[in-house]
Amino acid sequence: MEIRENIFQALQALKAHKLRSFLTTLGIVIGVTTVITMLSLIQGMNRSVQGQIRSLGSNTFYIQKFPAIRMGRLGEKYRKRKDLTIEDAQAIARLCPAVKKASAYAQEFPVRAKYKGEKTPYISLIGGTPEFLELHQYSLERGRSLTPLDVQHRRAVVVLGADITEDLFPHLDPIGQQVLIKGHRFTVVGTLEPKGNFLGESMDDFVITPITTLMKFYGKRRRSVTIVVEPVSVEATQLAIDQATQVLRRRRGVPYDQPNDFEIMTLDMLMDVYKKLTGSVFGAMVGIAGISLLVGGIGIMNIMLVSVTERTREIGIRKAIGAKRSDILYQFLIEAVTLSGLGGILGIGLGVGIGELVGAISPLPATIPIWSIILGFTFSAAVGIFFGIYPASKAAKLNPIAALRYE
Amino acid sequence: MLIELKKVEKVYKVGAVEVPALRGIDLKIEANEYLAIMGPSGSGKSTLMNILGCLDTPTKGSYIFAGREVANLTDDELAQIRNRKIGFVFQTFNLLPRATALHNVELPLIYSGVPASERVRRAAEALESVGLGDRLNHRPNELSGGQRQRVALARALVNRPSIILADEPTGNLDSKTGAEIMELFKKLHQEGNTIVLVTHEEYIAQYSQRRLKLLDGRVQDDIHLEESR
Ligand SMILES: Nc1ncnc2c1ncn2[C@@H]1O[C@H](COP(=O)(O)OP(=O)(O)OP(=O)(O)O)[C@@H](O)[C@H]1O
Ligand SMILES: [Mg+2]
Repeated sequence: MEIRENIFQALQALKAHKLRSFLTTLGIVIGVTTVITMLSLIQGMNRSVQGQIRSLGSNTFYIQKFPAIRMGRLGEKYRKRKDLTIEDAQAIARLCPAVKKASAYAQEFPVRAKYKGEKTPYISLIGGTPEFLELHQYSLERGRSLTPLDVQHRRAVVVLGADITEDLFPHLDPIGQQVLIKGHRFTVVGTLEPKGNFLGESMDDFVITPITTLMKFYGKRRRSVTIVVEPVSVEATQLAIDQATQVLRRRRGVPYDQPNDFEIMTLDMLMDVYKKLTGSVFGAMVGIAGISLLVGGIGIMNIMLVSVTERTREIGIRKAIGAKRSDILYQFLIEAVTLSGLGGILGIGLGVGIGELVGAISPLPATIPIWSIILGFTFSAAVGIFFGIYPASKAAKLNPIAALRYE
Repeated sequence: MLIELKKVEKVYKVGAVEVPALRGIDLKIEANEYLAIMGPSGSGKSTLMNILGCLDTPTKGSYIFAGREVANLTDDELAQIRNRKIGFVFQTFNLLPRATALHNVELPLIYSGVPASERVRRAAEALESVGLGDRLNHRPNELSGGQRQRVALARALVNRPSIILADEPTGNLDSKTGAEIMELFKKLHQEGNTIVLVTHEEYIAQYSQRRLKLLDGRVQDDIHLEESR
């Protein structure tokens, strides 16, 4: 018997019990919806994170006093560490042949910038060097960037991130104006092009001043800097890491048998951590989806068993006029697969819809990978086959006379 | 020889009790015979018909259908014989309730793999030949008892079987409708079909050329009449 005829008959049979069929598929619908939604959100986030990291130049690395990702309170061993200083960054730049640029920066957060009546929300004030903006691929919109002289003379100058320009100077040229930040006046010398959002966070909500100025105004004590290092080439990344490590260990007097008392972080490492994180979220979701597919599958098996019993007579009639065992087997199997497949399609539709909706109303981007749709459909169909085979073979094995006599 | 039964016995097991329904039936049926099986209730008529129709198999004895020993056939081969060589008509019609008349008649063709367009044509033809050309898209519950039995007859005919078996085909019909159905059987017989039917009623049996009377699972009488009415 042709498959088309089988599917047609399956749809007829399901149409006879619309509500029952719909309720039966719910487990499958929920499972597939979960998987598709999660996949599309995670995929969207991955894209955005990867794009971001690529735009930073994936070979730059960061040196910090504390680990960037940590659970709970920092232990004694971390808190007793010495601060990293501007001089450390300068030493790395000077002493490591594999390092192209090394730049120290620090942050004052949260602060608000004020100009006349206008006020920004809470932003961060970055104390940096001229290299900071280059290393992070910001480009200048107006005015000038920070200069070595600004750093050297600890000038009270700032370059504004695009958000700040928009907040404080919607109609006015900001260059040469004075803004007030946490009790100090800064002269605006430049503004930056907007860089946009990253995972819902604006990347333009900061102002930058020379790191020396930051230290002068807000204190040097208990302020450890972060050092951004760019190697001379991608290939030289590991070499640059080794050289920078040696320089720092010497400067900080770490005995040869002790581990580093500072943290080096590459973007690859960050990416790995991120992947592990989304991986475990995804794993949990797959678990939930798996359970609901299992429950859905059992529901389908149950309803198919009911259906076989209800239609015993029909099976008898079909056998009496020449249906083979395999004909009956396929009929009920295809009915089960149609049921679960419809659930899968419904789930895919819902999942795509929810993904798009979340993408539209929140900053999380959604990308629906085609393979996830195929996966969702294949899985639900497989559930139909797996849980449909038992009822179907039960139907196929019925004795025609016994089935015809069934009341 | 189309059909040959030798010492066919059938014993039903109900729990621990054995119920003998047929106790040694010898029977030969030639092509284009018209045979009526009669006998009191419980004498084994339906049991015999089910065996003849390859719906059931004998407990003992041999059944040779068109030269083949039925006991040696596989399930699929039996299905194929039911599909192509035998047309079965039941007392209770046994139509698929949700399917239209046309689809009901199409079913045997579906199982023998006839392509869709030819299927529809042949099913419609079969329905026309039983006088239901204008009821193709009616469902069984939209048809009278006589019309339902005509649909069942069309379904039995559609694959051009070598024999038509009917177990009390008029049992659920009034005598006028029953007579109409019998006229159809008569026509089929005249066209060269082999017909075996079970009946309780004398006026129905009068259509046949030969009468087989069963009693307690045995052949009591096998009367060949010269000609049918
Ligand atoms: N499935 C079954 N299980 C047990 N016993 C059965 C079964 N089918 C038939 N019998 C028994 O076999 C005997 C013959 O039954 P059968 O149905 O062949 O009679 P029948 O001649 O067709 O009767 P009726 O005229 O009432 O239809 C009866 O005694 C019946 O009880
Ligand atoms: Mg009977």
